[in-house]
Amino acid sequence: MFSVISNNSFVIAQVGIAAVVWFLLQISAAVMVYFERKVCAWLQQRVGPNRVGKAGLLQPIADVVKLLFKEELRPAAADPLLFALAPIISATAAFAAFAVVPFGGSTTLFGLLSEPLPLHVADVNVAVLVVFAITSMGVYGIVLAGWSSNSKYSLLGALRSSAQMISYELSYGMALAAVLVLANSMSLREIVNAQSGSLLGIPQFRWFVFLNPLGFLIFFIAGIAETNRAPFDFPEAEQELVAGYHTEYSSMSFGMFFLAEYINMVTVSAVTTDLFLGGWWFPGVPESLGWLVFLFKISVLLFFYLWMRWSLPRYRYDQLMSFGWKVMLPASVLNVIATAAAVLYFGL
Amino acid sequence: MLFYFFGALAVIASLLVIAQRNPVYSVLLLITSFGALSGLYVLLDAPFAAAIQIIVYAGAIMVLFLFVVMLLNTPHEDTDADEKTHPMLRPGPMRFGAAMAVALLGELAWALSRSGPTSTFSNTPVTSLSAIGYTLFTDYAFQFEVTSVLILVAMVGAVLMARREDQPGEKR
Repeated sequence: MFSVISNNSFVIAQVGIAAVVWFLLQISAAVMVYFERKVCAWLQQRVGPNRVGKAGLLQPIADVVKLLFKEELRPAAADPLLFALAPIISATAAFAAFAVVPFGGSTTLFGLLSEPLPLHVADVNVAVLVVFAITSMGVYGIVLAGWSSNSKYSLLGALRSSAQMISYELSYGMALAAVLVLANSMSLREIVNAQSGSLLGIPQFRWFVFLNPLGFLIFFIAGIAETNRAPFDFPEAEQELVAGYHTEYSSMSFGMFFLAEYINMVTVSAVTTDLFLGGWWFPGVPESLGWLVFLFKISVLLFFYLWMRWSLPRYRYDQLMSFGWKVMLPASVLNVIATAAAVLYFGL
Repeated sequence: MLFYFFGALAVIASLLVIAQRNPVYSVLLLITSFGALSGLYVLLDAPFAAAIQIIVYAGAIMVLFLFVVMLLNTPHEDTDADEKTHPMLRPGPMRFGAAMAVALLGELAWALSRSGPTSTFSNTPVTSLSAIGYTLFTDYAFQFEVTSVLILVAMVGAVLMARREDQPGEKR
């Protein structure tokens, strides 16, 4: 009888975590929009949003309200079903990918729970591949949006995005393979725990970013390309394509693309943290407080995303392609071979 | 229960693929079918195959399909115009096609009738990644290498076909 009750509380806690993650992802998008504008302003020596609420903190809410109440427009020549489906695919893929990402060690949340609860929505033993699979579904949202809008700007944006995502997915996967070799596992939780050893005498510091810096660099660059952020934001290059694949979208269906972009950034940062930055491990911090460490690491990565966007100009499209195929891919293949050899001969 | 759901989804989506006039919808339905197959793999305790199914087929190959369909930009098949003029729709080719279809159906029925419920697979499922890799590079090393050579040949062929004839420094 007792076990049933404790099982129930466990199920409730799991459902609670899923709800919290879903809610936090949405909030994170709002927070990211706020910081996007603030960081942009700082880099350009402006103040940024400061009218709505204290220091403009309520600006995201004003943005959302505006998006929700705008009129929903659809071009007469658009394909109605796919035009409606595209933003849904984008947003769904963005939310679903986070489901298998663990974001903390087991914790009782400062004694609130009787048993320690592992912080993840679902622990899948091929989590790495599931994240990869779901994010590769996200490209359909963009491609279909571009095609169904029946507009040349949208179509060009969609074509660019699919070419770009296919090109960078390869190096993304190769950088991933090096980590799998190092961790000898495909479960994100096990990969994080494989980084809890000590490095140079510092405990909980055996992060794969130190063992495999080239892989981290490749993964991070490819991650930026996968999320279509500057300097790889070709699908929506404003100066050439108006707004790219979502030119014809308005109101909340545009909002969903917007949401998907920011949630994808959060997911990629979370996965990067899990794979390379030691997840929730930090020297001297107990596992129960790991989720705070995790939040901090994600925030640093996300700030880096914003920093890049407002500092670097966009690549030229042919530069992007030759960089992806002639630099990133060979480097990532070499990285996998070198890592595998190092694991075999030095037993890293 | 889930098996019937995924199975029905796969079959219905596959049938709808060839019932569509719009090729983009066909591509999407094919992706749906692949997704249902991937669900079946999960039910068979093969999460790795399921993930690979999504990544390779739905994620990479179908994106290329969609890419090509979008570039060709043929929103609707002109069935009415093709009906009379298309060479494959004359009685001769149609009879040949029908004969092939009957042959395929017969072969399938024969194959299904021969394989009983006790199939030749061992009872220990190869689910772990290292086990799959080990089997692939030891027991099936030859098949694996031959497949990679095949892909290499296809790649070289694609490069050769895409190469422009009038490159500077080359003979016309």
